[in-house]
Amino acid sequence: MKPPPFDYVRPESLETLLSTLARLENAKILAGGQSLMPMLNLRYVFPDVLVDINRVPGLAGIRLEGDRLRIGAMTRQRAIETDPLAAAHFPILPEALRLVGHRQTRNRGTIGGSLCHLDPAAELPTVALLADATVEIAREGGTRTLSAAEFILGYMTTALGQDEVLTAVSFPLWHRPHGYSFQEFARRHGDFAIASAACLLALGPDGRIERVAIAIGGVGPVPQRMPAAEAALAGTRGEPEAVARALGFCDALDAIGDFHGSADYRRSVARSVLRKALGDARDRAAAAPTGPAQ
Amino acid sequence: MRAVGRSVPRIEDPALLVGKGRYVDDIALPGTLHAAFVRSASAHARIAAIDTAAAAGMPGVHAVLTAADLRPVLRSLRLPLGASPTSSENSSTPFVLNGHEAAYVGEPIALVVADTRYEAEDAAGAVFVDYEPLPVVADARRAVEAGTPAVRTELASNLLNRMMVAFGDVDEAFAKATHVVADELWQHRGCGHPLEGRGVLAETRPDGGLCVWSSTQMPHDLFHTLAGMLGLDENCLRVVTPDVGGGFGPKYCIYPEELAVPAAALLLGRNVKWIEDRRENFLSAVQERDQYWSLEVATDGDGRILGMRGRLIHDQGAYAPKAVNLPYNSASAVTGPYVVPAFAVEVLIAHTNKVPVSSVRGAGYPQAAFAMERMIDLVAARLGIDRVAVRARNLIPPEKMPYTKPLKARSGAGIVYDSGDYPACQAEALAAAGWHDFPRRQAEALAQGRHLGIGIANAVKGTGRGPFESGVVRVAPSGRVSVFTGATAMGQGLATALAQICADELGVRPEEVGVIAGDTAFAQFGLGGFASRQLVTAGSSVHIAAKAVAAKAIRAASTMLDLPEAELELAGGEVRGRGGSNRGISLAEIATRLRGAPGYAFPAEIEPGLEASIQWKTDALAYANACHVAEVEVDIETGHVGVSHYIALHDSGRLINPMIVDGQIKGGIAHGIGNALYELMGYDEEGQPLTTTFADYLLVTAPELPRFETLYRETPSPINPLGAKGVGEAGTIPAAAAIISAVEDALRPFGVRISQTPVTPEFLFNLISKARAKQRAEREMPA
Amino acid sequence: MNARSIALTVNGRPVNGTADVRTTLADFLRHSLRLTGTHLGCEHGVCGACTVLVDGASVRSCLMLAVQAEGAHVRTIEGLAGPDGELHPLQTAFRDKHGLQCGFCTPGMLMTLVEFLEENPDPAEAEIRDAISGNICRCTGYESIVAAALQAAAEIRERRR
Repeated sequence: MKPPPFDYVRPESLETLLSTLARLENAKILAGGQSLMPMLNLRYVFPDVLVDINRVPGLAGIRLEGDRLRIGAMTRQRAIETDPLAAAHFPILPEALRLVGHRQTRNRGTIGGSLCHLDPAAELPTVALLADATVEIAREGGTRTLSAAEFILGYMTTALGQDEVLTAVSFPLWHRPHGYSFQEFARRHGDFAIASAACLLALGPDGRIERVAIAIGGVGPVPQRMPAAEAALAGTRGEPEAVARALGFCDALDAIGDFHGSADYRRSVARSVLRKALGDARDRAAAAPTGPAQ
Repeated sequence: MRAVGRSVPRIEDPALLVGKGRYVDDIALPGTLHAAFVRSASAHARIAAIDTAAAAGMPGVHAVLTAADLRPVLRSLRLPLGASPTSSENSSTPFVLNGHEAAYVGEPIALVVADTRYEAEDAAGAVFVDYEPLPVVADARRAVEAGTPAVRTELASNLLNRMMVAFGDVDEAFAKATHVVADELWQHRGCGHPLEGRGVLAETRPDGGLCVWSSTQMPHDLFHTLAGMLGLDENCLRVVTPDVGGGFGPKYCIYPEELAVPAAALLLGRNVKWIEDRRENFLSAVQERDQYWSLEVATDGDGRILGMRGRLIHDQGAYAPKAVNLPYNSASAVTGPYVVPAFAVEVLIAHTNKVPVSSVRGAGYPQAAFAMERMIDLVAARLGIDRVAVRARNLIPPEKMPYTKPLKARSGAGIVYDSGDYPACQAEALAAAGWHDFPRRQAEALAQGRHLGIGIANAVKGTGRGPFESGVVRVAPSGRVSVFTGATAMGQGLATALAQICADELGVRPEEVGVIAGDTAFAQFGLGGFASRQLVTAGSSVHIAAKAVAAKAIRAASTMLDLPEAELELAGGEVRGRGGSNRGISLAEIATRLRGAPGYAFPAEIEPGLEASIQWKTDALAYANACHVAEVEVDIETGHVGVSHYIALHDSGRLINPMIVDGQIKGGIAHGIGNALYELMGYDEEGQPLTTTFADYLLVTAPELPRFETLYRETPSPINPLGAKGVGEAGTIPAAAAIISAVEDALRPFGVRISQTPVTPEFLFNLISKARAKQRAEREMPA
Repeated sequence: MNARSIALTVNGRPVNGTADVRTTLADFLRHSLRLTGTHLGCEHGVCGACTVLVDGASVRSCLMLAVQAEGAHVRTIEGLAGPDGELHPLQTAFRDKHGLQCGFCTPGMLMTLVEFLEENPDPAEAEIRDAISGNICRCTGYESIVAAALQAAAEIRERRR
């Protein structure tokens, strides 16, 4: 289980990186390597060139930009997990990250790498979709910005072109405070989830659900939002009937089965983790000090 | 202070803790080439052609070798039957390389030797094998049906063997039974997965011979196999087991790679190393896999067992590297610690197009314990008797010890349980687990919608398999005390235990004793590491040998000091007069004297050398027993099982090092919990393995496990001088049965029966869903 | 062969080596630098046996290329004891509590726990289990490893007082 032969380049500026990507064929970008390196060792992929972007300056970092939290693509997962800004403004992200792999993989793994790899059960793409995040993409001679929904094309397939690199992810912040929860069911701690449920939820002054977002990971080929469930909950107090109605939409989730779980089972588990996530998010929203929308 | 019986720190640890262990891949010899195998991608195919031309021309490649290329240096392309008295090949032993018909995915077809492993893998990927597909048989039950195609075209039948394991009058037992319960059971054991895979390093020697390091449990078996297969003079061959990163059964076999790599070294005249990677381990290290049981149990009205009968289909995989002892273990062990007056189980051993099967920790015993304990739970459920009461009524009472099962062990000797008090063990384990209080806790939890369950399983394990093991104790003129044995250490702490035994007899400290286990240059005879045997067998030999060395030291000192032996004692590494009045004489001085000097007088009536060599022999097994109680919580929404509490009571005879014993037991329990809930080696219908990474094949990790509460009783075994019983497998054997019993108990509100391991969350979820649907339908039925 | 020279610091000592660009850090440590204490158990990033510290952070050395460690400070099991051979509290605790059997997972376990205890010298048992969830041990059932980590944590706290 040794990697096949490849060439290796390590650009040290964004310009060099982009010009390199523009001229290369069959190249793979090496970010944290926590998915790519196993695939190389298993000889599942045979790139001609690895483009190591670990020394490109400016690609890592977390900062508040107005009402958004912007995270550089090369920011290590562990850095986000322990970041005070993320904890204060977008706490679902550290909560989800604690379920990503293990400490050793989060020390290397990056947010951009996870989004670009787009494993159907990965936590970060689910959170990106949940939060209507936007991704910033660069190529030689230009940049573009896509919504998470536009970026995620299909099973392990993104809109990223061969000559492009993801440079940052930007999460629009919910007014503070809000309720949130990331719940998943995996066979063992750190495994990819059979199903995961992410929820952001804000209560109005009357205690009714003013705004809610739900995303499910692990069930289908890509993470999925649940607009019908969101609509079923909006304006309610999260009464059992409303929750039951929302959970009912899990039966309509796009699902694929594999060795670790059939499609039906994954939908059932989604219902279980979503119930927990909704309850948890609502409790947190209710417990949060009320304040002006931000 | 005597070392035996104390938890002395391990002598293995200082090197291992600082990165100075020496596993086979850590040994670097100059000019070593690296091997990679081309393995079958098909579960069954005729190999029409192997094109090595492209691979042979790739960078760094020294040779691409097929079966035909190796043939000149091999007596046969087929391995002899391993660990057998005759060492002859047969139509089910594996091939060193298979150039004609692949019978499982992963079977070695060709061997690339290159400057680096990286380059060897590049070239292995460029070897083109033309496969002509043949019918695949992936299910052992189908394999034995009439009309099923052969797993290998050379076989007339997929049925490798059929045997009847029986005693008593079963027909009569069933005729007079008040109750008969029946069930179909499946147990899947998965793989061994030591963290270190297999590995072989073959060094060519100037005399034309070889020194071979292998991560094996069987250095002497490998030595004799290599000598025979390669036609090597035994005096020009040495096999060494370096540090081994875990055995767990699969390293008990002699493998094709262990022949192919030394053969390549001889052919090329170069040192060649092959280190198994994890994917290869999934594809080619033996697994101990499926057994399908159909069982009936006859009881009287009180749940006393009158008889058992049934059938066992054992999935043997594509080849049988060893004799079919393992399914015999299962069938002969199924009655376990219970009195069963009549018994008849037919055993069918079936070939399939899957990785060959041999032992994994427990070697047939876990399946036996699972079958028996599940049947007893079924008896209890059907008769409405408490599970532990049924067990108590059927356990062998202590007054019947030693208890003879009317069956023969492999040696031909009867199966005699030597000692133990099984009912007392069960009672003590239940008390520790709070068994009788559990229904209250269970009811309280259920009222909150939580499903708790408790389960129990008993087990016995024959340990210390003979016929002998070597133990040499030597004091060098430097004073260095060494122990040499043919028993293999795979990481359990054997060296420490043997050092303790030796140290006590020689009046030294354990850390002053060096132990070399599994090196054919130091121990001429040896049988290896398996069947929880090393401590019992090698320990007994070392115990006797060390006593002999001590006696010899005193005898020699008596001459040297001119004092009667009775006035001398051995302590602190020297012989001195009792009471300490005389000057002591050190073991080093005695060993120097017994080394002899040219022409000088030698002490009369004493043989040269301060050493003794003992081959303690035994046909009998020392039977360890255990009672495990597990508590679980099942999440009925997902089918997830959490193990919340685990009690294990073991009687492993006299404990030489309680700390090491406890480590063996707890590791064994974790393995058994993995078997119950996590480990599943998946294959599809075409024999393609579905789980070939640690992301797909799940080994249990720390967060999934509770703290284990272990308890020990020490009933000395009367059949060996140490009074010891083996502990390497005992923790695993009842664990899966206890867990499944607990899961079934937790799901009692749904009335489900569980007859298999492992149980995945989805399996349980579906079981629960079906039961709830049935309950709903029943509720809705008009009265 | 697509070789690069690599300069890095290993266990406090500057090291220069050459490796094919595809050589993993684990293989470079083991075979080029002959630091064979770092073990390979799966080579696909699950078992944790190859864990080393790179610039203080635990990483799987099978999932990093040697060339990526250029300029980095790498710490392996060989650098865990003091220069005088004094064992790290974790090493002592592993021996005291029987936290190892075959020893193959041990270097990865130790390096994982070194980082963890530096950050969290007063962990709960569940936190330790979580910290080593990316390290597979087939021998011990983990309990003795957890016990060793607790003992080492106490020793580390004692030394800091």
